Amino acid sequence: MNILIALLSGSIFGIGLIAGGMTNPAKVQGFLDLFGLWDPSLALVMGGAIAVGTVGFWRAGRRERAWSGDTIDIPKSRVIDTRLVLGGLLFGAGWGIGGFCPGPALTALGAGFMPAVWFVLAMLAGMWVHDRFLSTLFAKPPAP
Amino acid sequence: MIGLSATLLVLGAGRIAGIAGIVGGAFQGLVRGSLQGQGVRLAFIAGMVLAPTLWQWVKPLPESVNVASTGALLLAGLLVGVGVRMGNGCTSGHGVCGLSRFSMRSLANVMAFMGAGFVVVYLIKHLL
Repeated sequence: MNILIALLSGSIFGIGLIAGGMTNPAKVQGFLDLFGLWDPSLALVMGGAIAVGTVGFWRAGRRERAWSGDTIDIPKSRVIDTRLVLGGLLFGAGWGIGGFCPGPALTALGAGFMPAVWFVLAMLAGMWVHDRFLSTLFAKPPAP
Repeated sequence: MIGLSATLLVLGAGRIAGIAGIVGGAFQGLVRGSLQGQGVRLAFIAGMVLAPTLWQWVKPLPESVNVASTGALLLAGLLVGVGVRMGNGCTSGHGVCGLSRFSMRSLANVMAFMGAGFVVVYLIKHLL
């Protein structure tokens, strides 16, 4: 049941990305070109998504279980640390250069868009590098 | 639609629709040699990859215009791969899901990546 929901959810997500223009790197760069020919329309996409998401997450916060019966698995950490911010900076830099973030890249790959293929391959490599070599960088020492 | 998808995933299956976590988690499974337990993640990814096909049944896909050389794309991908694992999320995870929950953590991450995005594009378009 979870799997079907995930499949449906992923499809809706992808369709939303296409409709919103997130799968078009030129549009993403246009949004990030704050000091040039700024195209703010992607802000509406994110704003719209958050507006709907807020309702959904509020409902989820009041439930114990998802429709499928599983527990609802929402992160509880509230720590803002170097890792979080540095990760954001690196991600943002890559986003600015390539015009892709993970979701749109996968959807564009599904459309056969070659630049997305390169991006996804490199992204997987980057994830591997992080998990293999960098994840201990910020590890906290064991408590005494 | 994106919000609807995140809502569906959290209410329906109890998970955060954060692409970085979904892809990263599934990939870790792959690297370790076992895809067991990754069904939900793989299904979500499959849905995203299938979306253009579904779209095209109804009308043609909008144009995607590339903005970077292959080398730049590879660099961009690497940065994003490292960054989203380090920061534990991306535009959908922190940006949509995190902000929908009013998470301060997510806000910090979102401001970092937006800031970096603006600066980098400024450099690319206006200084280089």
